[in-house]
Amino acid sequence: MDRRGIKSNFLTTTVESAINWSRKNSLWPMPFGTACCGVELMAVLAARSDIARFGAEAIRFSPRQSDLLIVAGRITIKMMPVLQRIYEQMPEPKWVISMGACASSGGVFDTYSVIQGIDQFIPVDIYVPGCPPRPEGILDGLMKLQKLIEKEKISDYSHPHSN
Amino acid sequence: MLFQNLITKVTERFSDSILDTTEFRGETVLHIKGECVLEVLEMLKSEGFHFLADLTAVDNLEMGGFERYTVVYHLLNHGNGERLVVKAYIPENNPNLPSVESLWRTADWQEREVYDLFGITFDGHPNLIRIMNPDDFKGHPLRKDYPRIGKGERKDFPIVERNIGTKFRRSES
Ligand code: SF4
Repeated sequence: MDRRGIKSNFLTTTVESAINWSRKNSLWPMPFGTACCGVELMAVLAARSDIARFGAEAIRFSPRQSDLLIVAGRITIKMMPVLQRIYEQMPEPKWVISMGACASSGGVFDTYSVIQGIDQFIPVDIYVPGCPPRPEGILDGLMKLQKLIEKEKISDYSHPHSN
Repeated sequence: MLFQNLITKVTERFSDSILDTTEFRGETVLHIKGECVLEVLEMLKSEGFHFLADLTAVDNLEMGGFERYTVVYHLLNHGNGERLVVKAYIPENNPNLPSVESLWRTADWQEREVYDLFGITFDGHPNLIRIMNPDDFKGHPLRKDYPRIGKGERKDFPIVERNIGTKFRRSES
């Protein structure tokens, strides 16, 4: 092969890992903050924790523009249909972080109106424990999610009816 | 008018409907029958208790009391800072009261809340529909005989799945 025609500074990779690399480093979160955890989520965005270091600082309040749903707080029976609608409005690929005890299990609110874990009704990728979780916990959850995204296959996203 | 004189005047005028007058932590509590609540509160309002600070209800299922349900009105006189609590008792088989929305607009939503959570209806209310629970909710959850964990409402949702071809992450991680 004649190398004289090739300029310097290039690297080879697969399309899959290039796509996963860019996806995991530019997550756009949709914050679904319904209680005290939502306030802690704001702290993650602020200067001290600075979620921008992980490329996830572009908080979108429109599900159509985001690919990471962060459920932060209790979900009641009146809110669950809203959450499901928001989840369905998000375009693929999309991921869900269940933040805090309430979103993951209902927490201390074992009552008629509080859903005992959102994962009964929508898919959840990462659970962050705590009441509320510290910002470090959320960043840890985000890094774990990045590891999951790294391993994804493009073929996972084939249309359900195409195979 | 002096506070004590007012209480005496009310008890005299509604002597058939006043069940008791008690004192708790410096606040006077007037216990009355449910059906006369509008007249009593109308008189108290004209005597200076202009402000309905709160309207709520109690289920006396195991606590005793004159009847099963109590509807509580907290009144405040802005002129001299006096407070008065009026408790109206209504029976289990007919939980129904006249609405005081005509006296205080604020009673509109508070009576809706009492209706939603206790199933107490208010005659003359302009729009007595649920305010907190979903519109299709069955039952009244703050009644003491309603189970704390509900009757399956919190499990009654469709399951939303990801609509992608395979479930790679679910199986491998
Ligand atoms: S987990 Fe704790 S901090 Fe978070 S929403 Fe529940 S009660 Fe609030």
